[in-house]
Amino acid sequence: MSTSITANHGVAHGDAHGHEHHDDGSKTLLGFWIYLMSDCLIFSGLFATFAALSHATAGGPSGKELFDLKYVFGETMLLLISSFTFGLAMLNVRAGSRGKVIAWLFVTFLFGAGFVGMEVYEFHHLITVENAGPSHSAFLSAYFTLVGTHGLHVTSGLIWLVAMMHMVGKFGLNDVVQRRLSCLSLFWHFLDLVWICVFSFVYLLGVL
Amino acid sequence: MASQHGHSDAHAHGAHGSLKTYVIGFVLSLILTVLSFGCVMSGAVPQHLVMPGIVVFCVAQLLVQLVFFLHMSAAPGQRDNLSIGVFTLLIIAIVVVGSLWVMHNMNAYMIPSSMQMSSGSIG
Amino acid sequence: MFGKLSLSAIPFDQPIIMGTGLVVALLGAALLGWLTFTRKWGYLWSEWFTTVDHKRIGIMYGILATVMLLRGFADAIMMRAQQAMAANDAAGFLPPHHYDQIFSAHGVIMIFFVAMPFVVGLMNLVVPLQIGARDVAYPFLNSLSFWLTASGVVLVMLSMFIGDFAATGWLAYPPLSELKFSPSVGVDYYIWALQLSGLGTTLSGINFVVTILKMRTPGMKLMQMPVFTWTALVTNILIVAAFPVLTVALALLAADRYLDMHFFTNELGGNAMLYVNLIWIWGHPEVYILILPCFGVFSEVVATFSGKPLFGYKSMVYATAGIGVLSFIVWLHHFFTMGSGADVNAFFGITTMIISIPTGVKLFNWLFTMYRGRIRFTLPMMWTVAFMVTFTIGGMTGVLMAVPGADFVLHNSLFLIAHFHNVIIGGVLFGLFAAINYWWPKAFGFKLEERWGKASFWCWVVGFYMAFMPLYVLGLMGMTRRMNHYANPAWQPYLIVAAVGAGIIALGIGFMLLQFAVSIRNRAANRDLTGDPWGGRTLEWATSSPAPFYNFAVLPEVEELDQFWADKEHKRAYKQHQHYADIHMPRNTGAGLIMAAFGTVMGFALIWHIWWLAIVGLVGMVGTFVARAYNTDVDYYVPGAEVEKIERARLVPLHKLIENVDPASAGQKVA
Repeated sequence: MSTSITANHGVAHGDAHGHEHHDDGSKTLLGFWIYLMSDCLIFSGLFATFAALSHATAGGPSGKELFDLKYVFGETMLLLISSFTFGLAMLNVRAGSRGKVIAWLFVTFLFGAGFVGMEVYEFHHLITVENAGPSHSAFLSAYFTLVGTHGLHVTSGLIWLVAMMHMVGKFGLNDVVQRRLSCLSLFWHFLDLVWICVFSFVYLLGVL
Repeated sequence: MASQHGHSDAHAHGAHGSLKTYVIGFVLSLILTVLSFGCVMSGAVPQHLVMPGIVVFCVAQLLVQLVFFLHMSAAPGQRDNLSIGVFTLLIIAIVVVGSLWVMHNMNAYMIPSSMQMSSGSIG
Repeated sequence: MFGKLSLSAIPFDQPIIMGTGLVVALLGAALLGWLTFTRKWGYLWSEWFTTVDHKRIGIMYGILATVMLLRGFADAIMMRAQQAMAANDAAGFLPPHHYDQIFSAHGVIMIFFVAMPFVVGLMNLVVPLQIGARDVAYPFLNSLSFWLTASGVVLVMLSMFIGDFAATGWLAYPPLSELKFSPSVGVDYYIWALQLSGLGTTLSGINFVVTILKMRTPGMKLMQMPVFTWTALVTNILIVAAFPVLTVALALLAADRYLDMHFFTNELGGNAMLYVNLIWIWGHPEVYILILPCFGVFSEVVATFSGKPLFGYKSMVYATAGIGVLSFIVWLHHFFTMGSGADVNAFFGITTMIISIPTGVKLFNWLFTMYRGRIRFTLPMMWTVAFMVTFTIGGMTGVLMAVPGADFVLHNSLFLIAHFHNVIIGGVLFGLFAAINYWWPKAFGFKLEERWGKASFWCWVVGFYMAFMPLYVLGLMGMTRRMNHYANPAWQPYLIVAAVGAGIIALGIGFMLLQFAVSIRNRAANRDLTGDPWGGRTLEWATSSPAPFYNFAVLPEVEELDQFWADKEHKRAYKQHQHYADIHMPRNTGAGLIMAAFGTVMGFALIWHIWWLAIVGLVGMVGTFVARAYNTDVDYYVPGAEVEKIERARLVPLHKLIENVDPASAGQKVA
């Protein structure tokens, strides 16, 4: 049995870039999933911190005075739509239409960038106008760090999106590129999951 | 276990959705988001139901996106992912619930005046 | 331009540090000179620095850990000397600020840069061989993990000569570690060294989980994996689950120090106890991350040298998994005295006592494995027996402290210090020494000589008991940890005994280095031609020593636990095949090293507030990674003919050897 399997490997490896023993897609995706879970634990640490410090406003403003739910709803919509458009990009990956993949990735990028832009504006507004920067209280430190960490993740997702658009253009939809797109897809949807927790537990519960 | 080494696995992992599943997921997420925000913003929901509402809609939307966007399922190729996910959930629960319990009790005992508590729990 | 960095950062007024610096500089220059003179740079770069071979990466982890063991031990012996001297009117030779840095550095180095690299290196060396894989799942990430660990080491070592190190204890509790009370760069060195190496450890955890889940040789079920691989699996799951929490705790501390936030400060709502809570959520799983692989080592060693299958394999696996889960719900026992009340303390006290049960199961399994076995008292076995006695004592003192009431008396006393050295030296270190003696032939192709090894063994064991048993007494007498000076003359005799014990341990370390040197010199006499010097049971002994770079010419086929043993019994081992297929291998790459170098630069720049340089470091790191992603030439094929040549060179003489010496098996004595 072992010889036959080895022989199979030999055959499969006959072509220059087949499903390699080392880069076989299922391994990469499993590894990336585990990475996401560890990232998830980073967020859970931040959520626990935020929850523990949510009343530590030290006499400063609380979430009730600061948060603008309509604005947050807007951010949420942008991220949700970007998640959907990424799904459309992935459908086109399977259909093998390179141009459409790049187009949908670009649309995803625009919505993601819109989200980050809104968040930057929100932070800027809090710090300069409301005079409620991260150094004003433990609550605000926790708020800025939790939401900001999510924002940084989205920003790295944007950089990754740019790289992937370029790679789809350069290499086409080969196995490696597809595998990386699958990882990015997991990453992007994962960020939306984290955001669901953010708007529920930070903003919605915060204004109660 | 032997199937873990098979090439069939690669396809199972890439269990992609169809346009239909993405649209369903998107619409459901949209509805749940509106319900979540509506819970707080509309003012129509009784005060004591707001928080449970938020939590329920949040969990529901997480599940919707896990199934329709991340294509989680109990299919054989997904079992590794699913069990790792469940384990992570356990650790998250321990970290969050444990920290809050520990910190809450500590705060309660640190500042006697700030919280009303039964004398029994001090003893 | 250079942030807070200036020439005054170098502690010219500290003779001990400057002297050490001089010695390090001279030795370093001599080493570099020798490498240049013998033209070894090219060899080092192409064969070692850029390697993605898990065995070589494992060896490099081992070398790194050994070097850091010397540094960490130098700190230890200075502390012991200081405490032996500094009673009453005597001040000792270490000023308080320096002493505080030494005990902080000792803890950080021993846990993060000795025990962790040793354990990770051991898993690197052994796990792929035990599961019949050709490499780990992500060879490039593996190289990156190693070099990130090295980055952490570089920063910690730099802190000795440029600026200072944290003077806060090894976990840097706030508010002491906040900017207000630790304004120097010491805590920043601590933060960035641990963040860089922690990132490496997390990546390596992911790598090994995937390797073990996905790359087992055909036929090997989970319940047929060697116990060491099982412990490695659980350990790596713990790494992936626990290290993110450390990252969070350190990042929040950094936010306090760099961005004027208030997570753990005394004012504006900050809560220092939140840090203590977070860091121990990582910290307790961490000690099991260290000890579980060592439990795996003892299991392999006991089975091999008792000539019997391991007693209770399944219970061993379940005990390991049980410890893994339980290790996440005991963290509060590190701070019972914080004051979370009776409910919380009772819960965590009980879980702590429960976790000792699976550990006890393991001890009985090892004892029953030895029972009526034909025990060969080789060095690995001697370390194992020493471990069983020592660790039991350490475990029992631990359970004693799990009683919250008792802990209120013993907290932060030398009793605690004695306890955790009792389990970490008696458990982790003894396990690693057993592993070094056991797997050395597999790594290098020759056995270690026993004579100096035995001398080292006795010095370590005797020295350990002399150094730490007095500390239990001192703890009960009321001496607290981390004292630079004390006024109670009754403590001094015990501290002198402890210092002598540390001196004997120093001899043990010296003899061990001597053992390595002598064995390397006499390697021709101690060659392991069979690949199976001990009569092993698991797959790593089926291939040659040292293992060829592709590990297995033909992936072994597994149908049962201890497959190699069964193969030998049925004379199926060492099969020479008619045809060898091409083998797919990853290409060496310097990308990991370059990324880690940029990471070191970034860390150093952040420590000294040189912002432009930090950006250079970050961009360099990300840029190198992206450039690596565009490189399509990352693998190659070893032609089957070459594999056949290598295999023939080993198997033809081996078959002669087997026929001549002992037809039943290959040179080892089967009971």
